[in-house]
Amino acid sequence: MKRRDFLKATAALAAAAPAAGQAALMREPKPMPPQAIGMLYDSTLCIGCKACMSACKEANDLPPERLPEGGEWNTGTWDTPLDLSPTTYNIIKAYVNGTRAEKDRVEDGYAFVKRHCLHCVDPSCVSACPVSAMHKDPLTGLVSHDPSLCIGCRYCVYSCPFGVPRYNYDDPFGQIGKCQLCSHLLAEGGIPACCDVCPTGASLFGPVEQLKAEAQRRLAAAPGTELEFPRGEIGSDRPTHVAATGNYQQHLYGDRELGGTQVMYLAGVPFDKLGLPTDVPDVGYPTLSEGLQHTLYKGMAGPALLLGGLVFLARRNIKRNQADDPLFTDEGMEPDAAAKKEEKDS
Amino acid sequence: MSAHAHAPVGGRLVTVPFLVLAFLAAIALALLAGRFVYGLGAVTNLNDGYPWGIWVIIDIVIGTAFGCAGYAVSLIVYILNRGEYHPIVRSAVMASLFGYTLAGIAVMFDLGRYWNFYNLFLPWYAQPNSVMWEIALCVAGYITVLWIEFAPTFLERFGLHNAREKLSRVLFIIIALGVLLPTMHQSSLGSAIVILGHKVSPLWQTQFLPLLYLSSAILMGLALVPFESVLAALGLRRQLETGLMGRLNRVILVVGAIFLAVRFGDLLFRGALGHALAGDLRANMFLLESALFIGGLALLARQQAQRSARAQFIAAVTLLTAGILFRINSYLVGYEPVNGTWHYFPSVPEMLVTVGVFSIEILLYLVFVKKLPVLAKHA
Repeated sequence: MKRRDFLKATAALAAAAPAAGQAALMREPKPMPPQAIGMLYDSTLCIGCKACMSACKEANDLPPERLPEGGEWNTGTWDTPLDLSPTTYNIIKAYVNGTRAEKDRVEDGYAFVKRHCLHCVDPSCVSACPVSAMHKDPLTGLVSHDPSLCIGCRYCVYSCPFGVPRYNYDDPFGQIGKCQLCSHLLAEGGIPACCDVCPTGASLFGPVEQLKAEAQRRLAAAPGTELEFPRGEIGSDRPTHVAATGNYQQHLYGDRELGGTQVMYLAGVPFDKLGLPTDVPDVGYPTLSEGLQHTLYKGMAGPALLLGGLVFLARRNIKRNQADDPLFTDEGMEPDAAAKKEEKDS
Repeated sequence: MSAHAHAPVGGRLVTVPFLVLAFLAAIALALLAGRFVYGLGAVTNLNDGYPWGIWVIIDIVIGTAFGCAGYAVSLIVYILNRGEYHPIVRSAVMASLFGYTLAGIAVMFDLGRYWNFYNLFLPWYAQPNSVMWEIALCVAGYITVLWIEFAPTFLERFGLHNAREKLSRVLFIIIALGVLLPTMHQSSLGSAIVILGHKVSPLWQTQFLPLLYLSSAILMGLALVPFESVLAALGLRRQLETGLMGRLNRVILVVGAIFLAVRFGDLLFRGALGHALAGDLRANMFLLESALFIGGLALLARQQAQRSARAQFIAAVTLLTAGILFRINSYLVGYEPVNGTWHYFPSVPEMLVTVGVFSIEILLYLVFVKKLPVLAKHA
């Protein structure tokens, strides 16, 4: 081989090897579950009324939360959570800038965002949980949590890329809390409480595929044109909400982010302004962590082989040196006796 | 009598250091009572932005790395067949025994729903995709292995020669397991943060974390041997083992070189080294961590260190600090919670509990070396 060819080949190999290595260390991304259901949240339709928050508390039988520094006005039955918590599964937050003169505008504007579990297609919490307390339904894809199994390690809290699961640190018997898309209501033929009460259709429940099509319809419409927005559940016979089409960011958040999510977002301001991570891969992080683990522990062949080698070497080396080895040579007498003997010897 | 007879150091058990350590341990236990009555928040500064604090990162991630002395020395003695290190096997295994057992206990008070902990060991709840599940099983297994590995010392002390003889015949399997299990879970402590993705700075987030955690754990386990040897020599008025430690340092150098090659090779390949010059806390902590790794190894590389106990000790402390920082940085400093302004700095009670855990380790060390044949006699 000529020197130049050799260099070329080496360079090609060097370029290809890491890519191949990376691929070998990745597990296949998970597909969308066959009967995936979820939610489309349209920030441009949200008016920040927080009816969804109060409905969520009622549907999930959660206590109101009050600001710790709240004054007299804050002593009633008002629910004033600042963030998601083990007893607040859903919260409306606002992006604000400057004079806040206009909705859905970055400069001197504001926008709403609804924060709760996104029910990832490839959820980190499910992959992280050591005891199967986090569970993704194989059909609907909803991610639920079973406190009776949970050991409270908080690895789900630590690993969630959206900061959703929360733990109660002020309770000796604290537990993890997060949105489970009202699976108890779905079981009775209902829909998630937040979508049920949303007056504008900003929170819309339904099959993920239909929601994606609905999102594309909105993205395709010219800003300002009048559009009919379904309310509650997509395809239901509820009266629609008629409004001017928002000035959308031309992207459906959750369509590809981190392997896709079953709760998806449309918004008028960039998604990172709403606290949604945008600089993320198109695969969930479990593809990397599980890929790594599955490669190292495939069929336990690696560890078994390693153990075999270690047993062989340990046995051989111990036999060679047994006489010298403190783990094997019994000094054969009580330490006190040994000390006495030494005294006598000296 | 064997060439490296071991004997209890003897001496009074209740000394001033003993009482101070017992006092610190008592404070920790009192504070822990608060944790079990009022919840984790009453004692710690943990929050949903920082759900893992020093009870996980120092007591477990760093504590078990300190506990790698037995692993690293077993690896050298039994797998690489370097019999000359036999005199330090027992004390190294004992360091691991305490490091791991205490870490295992520390898990219990950090778990929010500790009464469910046994679900980790029920096959029908097992979640093999979880790195933590693998770590939990491996660590539990390794604690068992360590107690068996250390059992000869007990059996010898209490004159149970028959049992000891029987144990000797199967000990090679236990020793092999004692090398396999830490290889698995020390690397997994690195894999555990891969799933955090963009929440960990590119200075630490890489698919090479398992290899980096494994090599740095061996490095720390090895560095702990001269560290402990010098402290034992000073504290218990024993002879310095400078010659033996000098030879051990060469092994430390090789492991350290491997770690640095992977660490910087990976950073260069991913083009992440630029983050090191950002001038923020993360970048500076990275520079400090790297400086300590390189400085500690450079100190060892100097011929003088091979002979000077002082240089060996300083190099060991530098490398241990580097390993500690690498772990704190990758789990805590290099980690950024999603959304909102989260802060975490351990509370005083939280730190006192960690101090208490390490006090118990030193306390047990003193009791064990005084009462059991752990340290080699200098004939």
